[in-house]
Amino acid sequence: MNADVVPGVVAVILVSVATLAIGTWGLRISRTTSDFLVASRTVRPRLNASAIGGEYLSAASFLGVAGLLLTFGAEMLWYPVGWTAGYLVLLVLVAAPLRRSGAYTLPDFAEARLGSRGVRKLCSVLVVGIGWLYLLPQFQGAGVTLRSTIGAPPWAGSLVVALVVLASVSPGGMRSITFVQAFQFWLKLTALLVPVFVLLAVWAADGAPDPTTTAASSWSTPLASGGGVGLYTTYSLIVATFLGTMGLPHVVVRFYTNPDGRAARRTTLAVLVLLGVFYVLPPLYAALGRIYAPDLIDGRSDVLVLELPSLMVGGLLGAVLTGLVTAGAFAAFLSTSSGLTIAVAGVLSQDVTGRRWGSYRLGGVASFRVAAAIAVVVPLLMSLPAQDVAVARTVGLAFAVTASTFAPLLMLGIWWRGLTPAGAVAGLLVGGLGSGAAVAWTLATSSSSGWAAALLGQPAAWSVPASLATMVVVSKLTAASVPAHAGRFMVRLHTPEAVDLQR
Amino acid sequence: MARWKWRRTSLGGEADRAAFRALHNASLASPALREGLTTASAEKSVGHLRALLGTPAAGLGDTSGLLGWDGLGGHHRSQLAATISQVAETGRTMIVDERTLVCDDGACQVRQAIVSPLVVEDTLVGALVVGAPHTTGGLVRAADEVASWVSGQLELAELDLSRNRLMEAEVRALRAQISPHFIYNSLGAIASFVRTDPDRARELLLEFADFTRYSFRRHGEYTTLAEELRSVERYLLLEQARFGERLQVRLKIAPEVLPVAVPFLCIQPLVENAVRHGLEASADKEDGVGRLSITARDLDQECVIEVEDDGTGEDPERVRQALAGDASMDSVGLGNVDARLRNAYGDDYGLVVETAPGAGTKVIVRVPKFAPGVQV
Repeated sequence: MNADVVPGVVAVILVSVATLAIGTWGLRISRTTSDFLVASRTVRPRLNASAIGGEYLSAASFLGVAGLLLTFGAEMLWYPVGWTAGYLVLLVLVAAPLRRSGAYTLPDFAEARLGSRGVRKLCSVLVVGIGWLYLLPQFQGAGVTLRSTIGAPPWAGSLVVALVVLASVSPGGMRSITFVQAFQFWLKLTALLVPVFVLLAVWAADGAPDPTTTAASSWSTPLASGGGVGLYTTYSLIVATFLGTMGLPHVVVRFYTNPDGRAARRTTLAVLVLLGVFYVLPPLYAALGRIYAPDLIDGRSDVLVLELPSLMVGGLLGAVLTGLVTAGAFAAFLSTSSGLTIAVAGVLSQDVTGRRWGSYRLGGVASFRVAAAIAVVVPLLMSLPAQDVAVARTVGLAFAVTASTFAPLLMLGIWWRGLTPAGAVAGLLVGGLGSGAAVAWTLATSSSSGWAAALLGQPAAWSVPASLATMVVVSKLTAASVPAHAGRFMVRLHTPEAVDLQR
Repeated sequence: MARWKWRRTSLGGEADRAAFRALHNASLASPALREGLTTASAEKSVGHLRALLGTPAAGLGDTSGLLGWDGLGGHHRSQLAATISQVAETGRTMIVDERTLVCDDGACQVRQAIVSPLVVEDTLVGALVVGAPHTTGGLVRAADEVASWVSGQLELAELDLSRNRLMEAEVRALRAQISPHFIYNSLGAIASFVRTDPDRARELLLEFADFTRYSFRRHGEYTTLAEELRSVERYLLLEQARFGERLQVRLKIAPEVLPVAVPFLCIQPLVENAVRHGLEASADKEDGVGRLSITARDLDQECVIEVEDDGTGEDPERVRQALAGDASMDSVGLGNVDARLRNAYGDDYGLVVETAPGAGTKVIVRVPKFAPGVQV
C-alpha cells in the first residue's frame, strides 16, 4: 500500500463509522416523559430539507457534473440547473398536494387517486426500472472513485459499494434515518466547499489565469453544438431534469415525513436553497480543471473532483483535501444507493418476494433481504459493461424516464380531475416504453452524432408530450370511468390545512 | 372409445356439470347480495339468479316494489308490483297467471310468474320473481329454494352490517371509557399539588382538560400517530403525578413515523393496560418500580409501535381469548384494538402480544404508512 492510498482509505472508513454512529445514536435516544411532548417533535422542514439533499445528491452531482463541464463546457450547466429547478416545479405543482394525499410511495399515490390496482402494479414496475437505472451510475461512480483512490479495477469498486449498501440496508429494511441523511448532505457540501477555497487561493496565487483560453469558444456556450440537433438536445435535457425530479422514488418518500402540505412546501423551498449553494461548486472545479488538469479532459473526466486537489496542492494539505473529497464522494453514492435500494426492495418485497410461491412464503424480513439482494445485483451486473458512459449522462437518462412517466401522472393526477385509470395506464406505457427503449439503445450502443442519436439519447422532449397527450386523449375516450371519488380527492389535495373541512 | 371415456370422467357426468353450473352461478350472485338488498345489488345479482334457475326472466324486489329485472318480459314489471307487496306481507309464495300479466305480444315468453318471499331473521324483506311461459310444480320448488338461499345471503349481509355497527359502538364506548377511578385519582393528585406547587397543579389541570377533550372527540375514525402519542403522554403525565417514582416511562419515538395515520385510540388502551400491569407487579419487586417503554420505529413502508411493561405478564392462552373478543376478559381494549386494526389494514396487521407469566408483556402494533381509505 503506497502513501497515496492512505487519505482515500481513511476517508472511506471515517464516513462509514460516522454514518453508523449517527444511526445508532439516533436510535438510542430515549426520553422520559419529563422531557416533555416528544410526539410534537416532528421533523422540521430545514432538517428534512438537508435529509432530502443528502438522499438526492448522488455520484452524478458530486463527480459527474464537474467532469461533464470540464469536457463539454457551459452546455452541461443545464444538468445542475435542471436538477435544482426540478424542485421549483415540485414546489409549485406537486409538493403540498402530494403530502395531503397521504401517499407514501408513487404507487400509493396512483392507487389513492385512481382507485385501481392495475395502475398501482404498473407504477411498481416503473419504480423498479427507474431505481435500477439510477443505481447503475452510482455503482459506476463507485468504480471510478476506487480506481482513482486505490487503483482497484473498476468492477471492484462497484462490488464493494454494492456489498456495503446491501449490508447496511438488510438488517430489517430500516429506512435511512433523517439525521444520517442530513449529515450526509452537510458532509458532501463541506467536502466540496472547503477544498474549493484552498484551490481558489492557489489559483489566485498563480495570477488567476483565465480557464477559457485553453478551450474552444464552444466551451463557454450554453448550448450543445450541432445547430438544430444541439438545440433539441439542450431543450430535451431541460425538460427531463425540470420534470424528472418529482418522480424520483427515493425522494418522494421523504415528503411523507412532513406533518402537512405547508411543511412540505417549506421543505422544498429549503431544498432549493441548499441545492442552489451546492451546485455552484462543481462548475468551479471544472473551470479550475481546465487550467490544472488538462490530461483528464478526454476519457477520465469523472475523476476530476477527486484528483484536482492533489494536482494543485501537494504534501499533507493535498492529502487531507483528497481525503475530504473522497469522503464526500463515498457519502454521495452510499446515501443515494441505500435510498434507491430501499425503494426498489420495498416494491419487490411487497409484490414479488413477499408473495406465496407454491406452498412456501418468506417472512417479512427475509423477503425484504432477498428483494434487497435482487435490487442491488441487477444494476451491478448492468454497470459492468456500461463503464464508459459518463456518470451524469446515465442519471440524466433516469430523469428522462421519470419525466416521461411519473411526471405526467402526478401533474394530471393532481391538477386534472378527468384522469382515468385507463388513461394513466396508456400514458405510462407510452412514456415508459418510449423513453425506456431510447435509454436501452443509448446504453447498448456507443454514442454517435446526428438526429437519431439525439432523439434517442435525450428522449424527454418527445416522450413527455407523447405521454401527456396519451393520458389526456385516452382519459377523454374513457371519460365514463373517472373514479367516483375524484372530486372529493381533489378537494382533499388542494384545501389548505388551515381551512376546516370535514375530510 | 377410450378417449371418450377419459373425457367423460375428467369433466364429470351431466349431473356433475349441472351441479357445478348451479354452484358457479350461486357464487357469482353472492358478493352483490352480501351488500344487502338495494337497487344496485339486485341489478348485479339478478342475472346470475336467472341463469341459476334457467328461466326466461327473473326479478328481485323489496317490500315497496321491483328493484331489478333480468331477461325477457320487462314490460310486465309494472304489473307485478302489487303481487310483490302482497307476498312481502303474507309471506306465502304466489303464482301470477295470464289474467294479471296481460300482454299483447303473442311471442312473449313470460306468461306466468312465481313470486317467492325473502325472509331475513323472521322479517319479510322482499320477493324473488321468476317469469316463465308456464309454471310447473318443479319450478315453484326451485324458486322457493333459490329464494331461501338469497334470504341466507341477505342474512349474512345483515350480520356484516351489525358487526361494523358493533365496532363503531365499541369505539364510542372506548371514548367514554376513561375510567372513573382515573378521573378521581387524577383530580386527587392535582389537588395535592394545589398548595405545595400551584404551577404544577395548573399545568396538570390543563393536561387533564386536553386529555379529556381528545378522548371525547366526536369526529374522525383516524388520527395521526403524533396526536395519539400526545394523548398518551398526557395520560402518563397524570399517572406519574399520582404515582411519582413508582412509575418509570421511556419513550423512544422515531420522528419519521409521527405523520402516520392510525385508528383513533389504538395506542391509548394498550398503554393503560401496560400501566396497570406494571404497577400491579411493582409492589412485589425489590425497588417497587413499574417500568414502561413505548417505542415507535420506522420500517420503510410500515411503522412498528411497541408497548412494553415489566409486570406480571399473562398466560398466553388468556391473551388469545381476549384477542378473540371473549367478553368475560377484563381487557376490552385489547380485542377492540385488534379488531379495528384488522378492519382497517387487513388480517396481516393484527396485534401481536408477547407475554408469559412473570415475564412482562409486550404488545406490538404494525401500521402501514399508506392504506387505501385510511386518512386523517
